[in-house]
Amino acid sequence: MKNRWLVLENKIFVRWLSFVSILTMILLLIFFITLTVSSWPAIKANGIGFLWGKTWDPVANHFGMLPFLAGTIITSFLSLLISIPFSIAAALFLGEYFPKGAITDIFRNAIEILAAIPTVVYGFWGLYTIAPLVGKFELKMHMPAPGVGILTASIVLSIMLIPYSVSLMRQVISMTPTTLKEAAYALGSTRSEVITRIILPSNISGISAGFLLSLGRALGETMAVTILIGNSPELPRNIFSPAYTMASVIANEFTEAIGDVYLSSLIEIGLMLFIITTIINLLGRLVIKKISYSL
Amino acid sequence: MMPRDIQGLKRRRAKDRIFSAFIWCLTISCLLVVTIILYYLFKEGISSINWALFSQNPKPVGETGGGILNAIVGSIMVVSIAAVIAIPLGVSVGIYLAENRGRKLTERLAVAVDVLQGIPSIVIGIIIYVWIVKPTGKFSAFSGSIALAIMMLPPIIKNTEETLVLIPRTLKEASLALGASYFKTTMKIVLPGGLGGIFTGCIIGIARIFGEVAPLLFTAFGNPELIFDPRKPVDTIPKVIFTYASSPYNDWHRIAWGGSLILVVFIILLNAVIKIFERKWRVQF
Repeated sequence: MKNRWLVLENKIFVRWLSFVSILTMILLLIFFITLTVSSWPAIKANGIGFLWGKTWDPVANHFGMLPFLAGTIITSFLSLLISIPFSIAAALFLGEYFPKGAITDIFRNAIEILAAIPTVVYGFWGLYTIAPLVGKFELKMHMPAPGVGILTASIVLSIMLIPYSVSLMRQVISMTPTTLKEAAYALGSTRSEVITRIILPSNISGISAGFLLSLGRALGETMAVTILIGNSPELPRNIFSPAYTMASVIANEFTEAIGDVYLSSLIEIGLMLFIITTIINLLGRLVIKKISYSL
Repeated sequence: MMPRDIQGLKRRRAKDRIFSAFIWCLTISCLLVVTIILYYLFKEGISSINWALFSQNPKPVGETGGGILNAIVGSIMVVSIAAVIAIPLGVSVGIYLAENRGRKLTERLAVAVDVLQGIPSIVIGIIIYVWIVKPTGKFSAFSGSIALAIMMLPPIIKNTEETLVLIPRTLKEASLALGASYFKTTMKIVLPGGLGGIFTGCIIGIARIFGEVAPLLFTAFGNPELIFDPRKPVDTIPKVIFTYASSPYNDWHRIAWGGSLILVVFIILLNAVIKIFERKWRVQF
């Protein structure tokens, strides 16, 4: 009797493991189906023109997501651009200059704190510090000066991206084969020459994977951006103008959306966001996999 | 010939110095940003931390004072329910991944987990809205917990897998050779050996979701009252910060600073716990 129970117990356990694993694997597919089905009314009503429609006017039942797509892409790339020099420098500092020691511990912990701060706190902090600074600059340039807008959101977002790119890039940089570096030093290279001609080129795929993953994060970042971007559903004219990103328009309008088409248009934006971030993450993962094979 | 060479060498060395100075400057500015953020948090937050913040519910607009007791209770409730849902699932998937290495299916599962980690939290909020909030017709703490549980899964799965892979095969084989079933072996040999890593994964997951707002916006929603019932909408600390930060009232901003400080200190403490665990309980054989 007891033996039979043991066998049964074991069987249930094995089945359970495969069940939850398969469930996890098809979770993404279920997500995709859920989003597609719920945004079907919008897909039918708005048609393909939704993707490049320039006006977002829920009152007139006119939905186009180009302003949000533009806002998302500009904000993400701008923040990535701002963060690149800092994250490469920090990764070189931690991976090449000081791989061990007290200074490294301080810097590494500091960067981990950057990763620990919740996005909504970044937004709130940015509203108090970065937004007034940008506002002052706008006044000097004789522009309307709300302080909030694409630039403000991008600056704060760039701070949030640093820990993500640094942690991956530091790892690949510190794994550069010592023989390569020593060969370059033996030929009389200086450290900066070793870095720019050996370390960076040989780790180019790891570094780009770091940026891809940060880009994926920047695209989907919601709360900080919602607080700082100024919330305007129009095509941004320059980097100072208030805008909307795909994530922040969902965050702001979802609970207030009246009518099926309005709500499902917002879900359709979510579907696009899902597709874009999934592709970017798959690409990043592919690059990382390539690195681990080549090592 | 000679002097020219020396000049070239000097130039290259100068270049090298400038380069490392540049690296130093940029890295130090990262450190500076961290310091500025923490400085602001403490400067603005410490003055709003008082007993009322922890013991009172929010007051209506116009009245001064009030606290975030409801949000603290709400955060703890939503996060604990999420942890109760996510930990068994995540650990199970982690076991599966560690035990079935090298198969095609396992590789695909690992990719799926990575992609899941990268999905924007707001999208998960929408999905849970469609799944739970819309059919039941109301916002609830429970639906928020499910959204957060999905976000907790990837770190738990990854950490479980990474620790369990380190457990020596010989240990498992010894147990199986003694006639213990696969289930017993996993429960009594494999899991206890990797407990430290699994625990770390769970705390990483909790640290990840504790500050999240986006998936809660249309699930747990928000509620100015003190609620212990997971079927009702609740406030959480980050949600309160978001609402108060986007309000025009100074008094509310003050409370938001206090909430931010509490939140950040708590998450940094969680990270410290993770560090200690990683050092102490690393699997070593």
